Amino acid sequence: MNARMLERITEFAIWTFLWTFRIVIVLVVVVGSFLTLASGKYDIDTWIRLAVTGAALGSVYALVALGYTMVYGILRMINFAHGEVFMGGAFAGYFTAIALDGAGFLNYSPVTALISVVLMIVVAMIISTLLAVIVERIAYRPLRNAPRLVPLIAAIGASFFLQYTFRGFFGPGVYAYPGVTFLSELVPIPLLQIRWVELLVIVSAIVMMTVLYLFVMRTRIGTAIRAVSEDKSTAALMGIDVNRSIVMTFAVGAAMAGAAGVLYALMFRQVTFFFGFIPGIKAFTAAVLGGIGNVPGAMLGGLFLGEIESIGPILFLDGLGVPSANQLKDVIAFTLLVLVLVFRPSGILGERVTKDRA
Amino acid sequence: MKFARVGALALAALLALSACAQGAASPPADELGVITVPAGEPINIAYWGVLSGADSTLGVDSQRGVEIAIEDKGGSLLDHDIVLKTEDGLCTPEGGATAAQKLAADTTLVGLIGSACSDETQGGIQTLTDAGLTTISPSNTRPSFTDADRDATFAGYARTAHSDAFQGKAVAEFVYNEQGLRTAATIHDGSAYAEALQQVFADEFTALGGEIIVQEAVSKGQTDMNPVLTSVAAANPDALYFPIFIAEGGYIAAQAREVSGLEDALLIGSDGMFSPDFITAAGPAAEGMYLSSPNFSAFQDAYASFLEKHTTKYGESPLSAFHAHAYDAANILFAAIEEVAVQNEDGSLFIPKKALRDAIFATSDHQGLTGVLSCSPSGDCGAPLIAVYEVTARETGGEWPPEAPVWPTE
Repeated sequence: MNARMLERITEFAIWTFLWTFRIVIVLVVVVGSFLTLASGKYDIDTWIRLAVTGAALGSVYALVALGYTMVYGILRMINFAHGEVFMGGAFAGYFTAIALDGAGFLNYSPVTALISVVLMIVVAMIISTLLAVIVERIAYRPLRNAPRLVPLIAAIGASFFLQYTFRGFFGPGVYAYPGVTFLSELVPIPLLQIRWVELLVIVSAIVMMTVLYLFVMRTRIGTAIRAVSEDKSTAALMGIDVNRSIVMTFAVGAAMAGAAGVLYALMFRQVTFFFGFIPGIKAFTAAVLGGIGNVPGAMLGGLFLGEIESIGPILFLDGLGVPSANQLKDVIAFTLLVLVLVFRPSGILGERVTKDRA
Repeated sequence: MKFARVGALALAALLALSACAQGAASPPADELGVITVPAGEPINIAYWGVLSGADSTLGVDSQRGVEIAIEDKGGSLLDHDIVLKTEDGLCTPEGGATAAQKLAADTTLVGLIGSACSDETQGGIQTLTDAGLTTISPSNTRPSFTDADRDATFAGYARTAHSDAFQGKAVAEFVYNEQGLRTAATIHDGSAYAEALQQVFADEFTALGGEIIVQEAVSKGQTDMNPVLTSVAAANPDALYFPIFIAEGGYIAAQAREVSGLEDALLIGSDGMFSPDFITAAGPAAEGMYLSSPNFSAFQDAYASFLEKHTTKYGESPLSAFHAHAYDAANILFAAIEEVAVQNEDGSLFIPKKALRDAIFATSDHQGLTGVLSCSPSGDCGAPLIAVYEVTARETGGEWPPEAPVWPTE
């Protein structure tokens, strides 16, 4: 009798705590936003600018998140080495940019600048794809039938291996992308304060994500990938080459990440051997937020995370008088992740896993 | 039975032999213990600091200062070779704690130079003090480390670097008096160094009559500085002081001019960013900003020949601001070892740890590169002369370091 009472009290206490937590967070968000907007400290131009930079950053997260979500969908494993593929693409783009800059091609005119950027992205995509395919072949394929935790550890190991290989080759210092003068100018659109580089990032990301979506939905290889994601053994019985589908998944995800690496570095200039780590984690968070295994979900999660990081600290905390609100940027982003998952555990667009397979 | 007899005899013989081999000398009494350096073995010292990552220039620069000091000593002290070990502190408290643990476990270690970042010392000093070791830092500048009322965990800590109580004051005077600006904002990154330094600046600037409009912060590893710069720009400051490290400082410098409200603000940083790596990271946008640092023009005459040796040995100019301080720290350590070491007839050395610590703290009128140094009882051995340098087109074009300070002018 007493034990059951205790159990019920504990359950009730936990239930109360969880609901208090959710309500407090929602209150902070709502009240903070209201106070910040009411104080009129920031004008509409500032908010638009923050939204634009948030969208640019979010697009990069979305591109990287695609790789995480597709690999999870097909292999049910988190590819922790994906952040390093992103870094590898950025390095490849760096050396291309230096070569182009040395030849005087990079800053000659807006047209050559655009061609240079496309060239950098293509080279980065090739290198990233190579890296990912090699890692898959060496670290993941032999562990295809191992218990779930083993490929995870292998992924972590591959991540460290790639980081320190790059460190060994290129040293621990900072590499900075050469400045592309045309990209830092403002786009002549009235009302909107956006630079060419941000427009480039957003447009490239949209184009690449659209192409990927069409690839996954409309082509035969894409259908094969989706079939293998749903049921590997049945797909094999249907005559689908499982290995080829998996390698294609890695390749496509890595190409996205490599392009994202170049775009991110064009925005922020600095490249080091460690710089894939944090964007990798954020992109993984974005993938989970949007529903892991779901391609549009990864895109949405990435954009959502980027916007929250950009607008969140000022919008939610400035009004409440929290000092140094921007230091809590990550706290806000991850708290919102927790909040979304608490209300919707499978992510924003996540599909509930069907239990019965006919 | 027979085995036991033989065994006992052999054991007794061994004991007798070892007792004889020890020689007549026994180590002096010392409350922290005595390090024995057998004949023919090297004297082991260690450098611990940030040797990898974006701030590696800070640690590598100081390590090179120590290496040149060893070379100038002829590579040996009291007929024993000097061997320098290094540990990477990663510029974080956890990295410093790990490095300190590894070094404290080495019982042959005589003394340490380090750490590079104040965060590392924060994490590691307890372990080193408890192990009886003494470390002299060439580049920690957090004021509280050598306060007169610092606590016992810092008993084994001294430094030849200046305290930021001087640097923050100098920057405040530069911004208020020299530049004539009345409002300022600060950005720190949560590290022990940055947080303390910007607070000293804020206090001194307010005392001079200026106004600190906003004190913001970023987190380490943050790349998108637009939100924090927007928040700062909303208050329209005349000057923005961001005394942080190379990576985040580079992002801020590169992105500050793109935020409306900060186009004409004075940008100023400090010695954490005084490195060619920062110029690489920030790019052409760094032109026109200022950096505070130890005043190289005020160093002793011997500094010129140090620079020559550095260029000959490493093929480049020094990478950061504290190489001379590291050189001085190493020489203070060597002088203290020479003073307290007991030389035995068989060529071995006894180095009592507490006596060594006391000798370091009692250093006075040591002719160093950075000045004539005397250590206070709380470990402050620095000669604090701060200057402000401007980053001009010459520096963004690749020449490093800046030639002369813009303030104070002689």
